[in-house]
Amino acid sequence: MSKGANIDIVSVSKVYGSTTAVHPISLTIPAATYCCLLGPSGCGKTSTLRMIAGHESLSSGDIRLGNIVVTDLPPARRGTAMMFQSYALFPHLDLVDNVAFSLRMKGVDKTERRARALDMLKLMQMEAYAPRRPAQLSGGQQQRVALARALITDPEALLLDEPLSALDPFLKIRMRAELKKLQTSLGITFVHVTHSQEEAMALADLVVVMNDGRIEQAAPPRDVFERPATAFVARFMGDHNVISGKVTGSDQGMVYFDIPQGGSFAASGAPRETGSTVDVGIRTDHVRIGEAPGHGLGFTGVVSNIEYRGSTVKLSAGGAGIEDFTVIVSDTDFFARPVSVGDAVPLAWDAEDAIVLGRLDS
Amino acid sequence: MAVAATEQPAIVEPTRAPRTRSSRRAGAGWVSYVQALPLALILACFLLLPILMITVVSFWDYDFASMYPDFVTMNYADTLGSWVTWKTYLNTLKYAFMVWALTLFIGFWVAYYLAFHIRTAAMQMVLFLVCTVPFLTSNIIRMISWIPVLGRNGLVNTSLVDIGLIPAPIEWLLYSDFAVVLAMVHLYTLFMVTPIFNTLMRIDRSLVEAARDAGANGWQVLTAVILPLAKPGMAIGTIFVVTLVMADFSTVQVMSGGQSASVALMMKNQMSLLQYPAAAANAVVLLILVLFMVAGILRIVDIRKEL
Repeated sequence: MSKGANIDIVSVSKVYGSTTAVHPISLTIPAATYCCLLGPSGCGKTSTLRMIAGHESLSSGDIRLGNIVVTDLPPARRGTAMMFQSYALFPHLDLVDNVAFSLRMKGVDKTERRARALDMLKLMQMEAYAPRRPAQLSGGQQQRVALARALITDPEALLLDEPLSALDPFLKIRMRAELKKLQTSLGITFVHVTHSQEEAMALADLVVVMNDGRIEQAAPPRDVFERPATAFVARFMGDHNVISGKVTGSDQGMVYFDIPQGGSFAASGAPRETGSTVDVGIRTDHVRIGEAPGHGLGFTGVVSNIEYRGSTVKLSAGGAGIEDFTVIVSDTDFFARPVSVGDAVPLAWDAEDAIVLGRLDS
Repeated sequence: MAVAATEQPAIVEPTRAPRTRSSRRAGAGWVSYVQALPLALILACFLLLPILMITVVSFWDYDFASMYPDFVTMNYADTLGSWVTWKTYLNTLKYAFMVWALTLFIGFWVAYYLAFHIRTAAMQMVLFLVCTVPFLTSNIIRMISWIPVLGRNGLVNTSLVDIGLIPAPIEWLLYSDFAVVLAMVHLYTLFMVTPIFNTLMRIDRSLVEAARDAGANGWQVLTAVILPLAKPGMAIGTIFVVTLVMADFSTVQVMSGGQSASVALMMKNQMSLLQYPAAAANAVVLLILVLFMVAGILRIVDIRKEL
């Protein structure tokens, strides 16, 4: 039953008084996509979700679901359903009545709506708990009921506001898998707000990284991970060292730059104007201890901290004008040639692992 | 490896934990009784003992001058056998019902407005305090101040006559059931507003959004979500108002001009005639009736979450 709808967000913004929560953003979420809105708290991701849901008015712009402009429609007539952060189950109703709530509002008669609600609970494997109240359920069970309640309206898009944040780490991973399975089997669009990059990477077909009310990057998770568009994305995803410097020259797909009072480095990317500021991301797990393969592809750093993480070891080092440089090396490599805090070690990477990052024009 | 790590403390714990835990439990039991003692003493001296004394006195004999310790059921027979008592109880219950219905209606809407339509917490507190300001004056003053408003030549009547709406002053405004109920509603509405406001403030606002998301209109949000969740507050307010009205004598006496009676007023009259055992019997009957009413309310609504 693939019947998801495209969600088109066209220069939508949200202004509260004198503060702008969301600057005009545009985004197309293709039908049947699992989309994650990712960003730190206060970045505008929840406001964006609530505007799609219709719980927040738009300061400007339009939202289209499929072929219908839903900007001015009430939440229930948009073809979306929302799952709230704390699930917002009605504490005074049992699970069947909770799930059947929207049918009751539509005036569906009691036997039919209870039967349909029970079917939905069966789909979520919660029929055994049907006569219970929400307070008698665990977090994971409440989430399933909230999903059942949202899905009974047969939505074209399901909007989830930090659905996993209330769960313990093990349950989080299990419910994450269930969400993905559900989305695949229903074939509808999911828009999922989260601040966990791990969650977004695991679930999303489309990751939308937001910061300060703007979209920094909207791309499949692999692109976001391997080719972060901006310094913010690279830092937020956490797998790149971000270093900044002044461009000294460009040549054959390489950009050369100097760190003020530091070393000279090179990175692969389109030519930049000499003298402009440039941010470069270097994959932490592609840095190795050893001699640089070419000019500007390494430096000698003093190790300031070592963290053992099982299969990998995380080193923090500084030098050549870089204060905090993270290196992830495999445990076998590390213990073959162990280093200790205070050692000066040569760090090196390949040209394709250092990439020039873009900047948002603001 | 992870299994071994989690199992190890579990094996160690049972050998050590039970001894310390059980000894601590015995000690804690002792301490908690001591901690409960002051309240228990206060309740015993100022609640249980007076009720016990009233119950004992209600079985005593009396004449015009003094009381005689005895065990007679005459007082109850007199009280329950008299049609005046039944009429008075009926009248009191009528007041209780009317005042309850009006305070519940007004109280809910005031609380609803404060809780859901005032956006800032500061403004909510300010407006709530405004509600309580009249209560800084005494009950009697607030009650008596209705007299110049409602009287034959009072504010309401003069205004209406002057505008030409009515040819002559309305007689039933003061010294009537209307005046009694009006004054009681004025006196007791806050006792309904406070617990309902408290309950409404605890309703998670996302429930309202969830209801809207499910297609509920404003009225449906109110009837399907807010009203059911406000029930505990309404029950607590109901208990306050009903018990206050059932025990009221001054409002009934002043505002009805002595033309209506209530159970408490009847007791007051018996006491002024030094018929203490008769008044005591009456008090016991009223206490039992009110306890049944409260028990009934608690059976219908679960207020435990609010306490």
